[in-house]
Amino acid sequence: MTAISRREFVTVLAAAGGGLLLGYRAEGTQRAASTAAATHGTTSVSFAPNAFIRIPPVGSVTLIMPQAEMGQGVYTSLSMLLAEELEVTPDQIRIEHAPPDNKLYANQFFGEQLTGASSSVRAFYDPLRRAGATARTMLVGAAAVSWNVDPASCRARKGVVTHTPTRRTLTYGALASKAAALPVPDKVTLKDPKDFTLIGTPLKRLDTRSKVNGTAQYAIDVRLPGMLIATVAASPVLGGTVAGIDEQKTNAVPGVRQIVRLDDAVAVVADHMWAAKQGLAALDIRWNDGPNAELSTTDVVQGLAKASATAGVAARKDGEPESADAGAPTKVEAIYEAPFLAHAAMEPMNCTVHVRKDSCEVWTGSQVLSRARTTAAEVTGFPLEKVIVHNHVLGGGFGRRLEVDYVTQAVRIAKQVDAPVKVVWTREEDIQHDVYRPYYYDRMTAGLDPRGTPVAWTHRIVGPAIIARYLPRAFKDGKDVDAVDGAVQLLYDIPAIRVEHVRQEEPVLNTGFWRGVGVTHNNFVVESFIDELAAASKQDPVAYRRALLSKSPRALAVLDLATKEGQWGAPLPRGRGRGVAVLYSGWGSYLAQVADVEVMASGEVRVHRIVCAVDCGQVVNPDIVRAQIEGGVVYGISGALWGEVTLKNGRVEQSNFHNYRVVRMNEAPPIEVYLVRNGEAPGGIGEPGTAVTAAALNNAIYAATGKRLRKLPLQPGLVSSTR
Amino acid sequence: MVTLNINGKSHQIDVPPDMPVLWVLRDVLGMTGTKFGCGMALCGACTVQLDGQAIRSCVTPVSAAAGKAMTTIEAIGVTTAGKKVQEAWIALDVPQCGYCQSGQIMSASALLARNSRPTDGDIDAAMAGNICRCGTYGRVRAAIKRAAQRASISGKGARS
Repeated sequence: MTAISRREFVTVLAAAGGGLLLGYRAEGTQRAASTAAATHGTTSVSFAPNAFIRIPPVGSVTLIMPQAEMGQGVYTSLSMLLAEELEVTPDQIRIEHAPPDNKLYANQFFGEQLTGASSSVRAFYDPLRRAGATARTMLVGAAAVSWNVDPASCRARKGVVTHTPTRRTLTYGALASKAAALPVPDKVTLKDPKDFTLIGTPLKRLDTRSKVNGTAQYAIDVRLPGMLIATVAASPVLGGTVAGIDEQKTNAVPGVRQIVRLDDAVAVVADHMWAAKQGLAALDIRWNDGPNAELSTTDVVQGLAKASATAGVAARKDGEPESADAGAPTKVEAIYEAPFLAHAAMEPMNCTVHVRKDSCEVWTGSQVLSRARTTAAEVTGFPLEKVIVHNHVLGGGFGRRLEVDYVTQAVRIAKQVDAPVKVVWTREEDIQHDVYRPYYYDRMTAGLDPRGTPVAWTHRIVGPAIIARYLPRAFKDGKDVDAVDGAVQLLYDIPAIRVEHVRQEEPVLNTGFWRGVGVTHNNFVVESFIDELAAASKQDPVAYRRALLSKSPRALAVLDLATKEGQWGAPLPRGRGRGVAVLYSGWGSYLAQVADVEVMASGEVRVHRIVCAVDCGQVVNPDIVRAQIEGGVVYGISGALWGEVTLKNGRVEQSNFHNYRVVRMNEAPPIEVYLVRNGEAPGGIGEPGTAVTAAALNNAIYAATGKRLRKLPLQPGLVSSTR
Repeated sequence: MVTLNINGKSHQIDVPPDMPVLWVLRDVLGMTGTKFGCGMALCGACTVQLDGQAIRSCVTPVSAAAGKAMTTIEAIGVTTAGKKVQEAWIALDVPQCGYCQSGQIMSASALLARNSRPTDGDIDAAMAGNICRCGTYGRVRAAIKRAAQRASISGKGARS
């Protein structure tokens, strides 16, 4: 896979097209369709009927990827959507990262070029199929004109148009110039799903080869002539500033070229990372810690607890929970807590920047490429068109690369360096200056009737409103749709429900999205609490849920599948237990998970087996869906069992993988994924596997020990006796 | 001046003797297939082989590599075990983001070169030092077993 920048892209096209007018000039905002119209009469022109497809007269069909590849397989699944309708085979295509352009490449759910919220296939399922069908229709039209026949008598397959009666053929490349001269049709016919040859098949990932031989290019692999390498230390306390530095020892380190001082960080610029790291270690930096210097995790929790006493913004209200609750013979109340979490993507944050006299070029890995470009323009003061940004495959996203803080910082550093500079964070910097999943504090109440059936349910979520900062245009009437998504979408048939959010910002750390977003903490609470209700009613957790899901056949189907395959009810050895969790949210996918865990006498939890049933509607690539569930579950186990970022005197106490523990090979359980295949609209799949895991583990720990945990990470402590 | 033998080729490099191999590979020689993950031998992303042993290049000073044969991801496919491992990785579509996979493959290849029939326990022991945040562990395990099986079917063993 080769990455071509916009600038190179324009050059390539211009070379191929011999001076033709291009749609992708400067801003790239003009519709590519006009490219085709503008090229009427030229020979050997690339055919680019839309922003996603370019077919040169000779060579591979280029598919331009609007979403970032961060392991979730979008380059393969989005290519399948295009190729299915375009009628090309995977070996006929090459892939290119889209340049930053919110008009051409916006994700329709966000109105900007954003890869996140498990939305790529959902957002592009129709647009990319239409883009492919449009191109195919025009290529068939061009062939029909060439042969002076009815387009209906022609058929496109594998990059070739055939006139069926006479068996004459023309390749897409040969038709490119002619197709480029045709008007872009307003309406095209999409394939009937029964005729799909790619969508729904386990096509091999297109990026695997480059990822097993070391050739895949991540942002951290960028190399430029004259490039220097920097590593950075930002104020260990958020809001702190640099009070002073003693440069003497650093300047003595061989290979160190420059020390760059920002108001809140210091970078050492060197010939290589080793010199930069040595130089930074030798640097004596004095910090003004600022207003957060005294704060610790307990202060944050106290603030949340206090805020939880007040009513929040209603996110869902069915019936009158208070009066229903008042009449219920059994009441259950609980407080749940979920800690700050770091993302710890394997590729540490990095960004390469070359600030020239009147322009700026940026090489990075981003889930929000246009935001990367905007921040570079803001920091340099250059107009947007003077900022070129190149994206790369991401060494993990998980929501961390939805932020552009590391791009902003790198541009600020590069402004002071007279060369291209690659700013690479150490793992310590990465863990201690993350944009963390917030701490959440939830209050639950339920009223049960004499048979144990819930008649009232209230859920108060206390924590920041990430949406208010990140997507202010979507923050309406004080409602953060993300913070409550997995709570609002409660499927259980309960007559009186109230879900509310109390906004409590935590200035001591920057907080943002973490794989599974709001649903991850919501589902932990909801699915643990429904388990509590089953226990309070002395009912089987699966039977209890089934009785409340009669109006949700898709949820019931995955629950039945997961419990069947997970051998729910079969005996387990002492110390072992099975737990279940069900998930539905705005992603549009239904999941049920059965976790089989063992709690050792030491309190250490060992996960023996995970069974996950998934209904994500129309599946584009079942093997990628499986991989996303497998990986999502592992990410969820790390977070649920060990994930915790704590603060002392304003500083993050964790720093690397020895004290920010994550799942390793010897701790990873077998994970079985069972897919329900149907023709429903495609649902998101990158995050649900993570989001459904914590509650399943928690409920399994309860089944194993009789101990009910309400706080993440799940640490049962010493277990004296097991049930 | 240090002389390194990397992938069968000799390199004369003028770097401090305590400079870790990782940065020599990446920043001096431009061999970026070997990745930086933690800098403390905690994650395995930087794994290369020295005389067939999987080592963490982020904590291995370049002086310790002198006089030894180093193999990196760029050339592991030349070894019998490495080729089988890469083929198995492709057959099972192991990588997701792929960032840790160079290290996973270097550790797996070293394992198979000395143990053509690894048990689950052997795999745990050899691979526990390689973190994958995308959670590809199940496929890594399956791919190692597949590579072992293929190696024995071919009758040549996995030793290289």
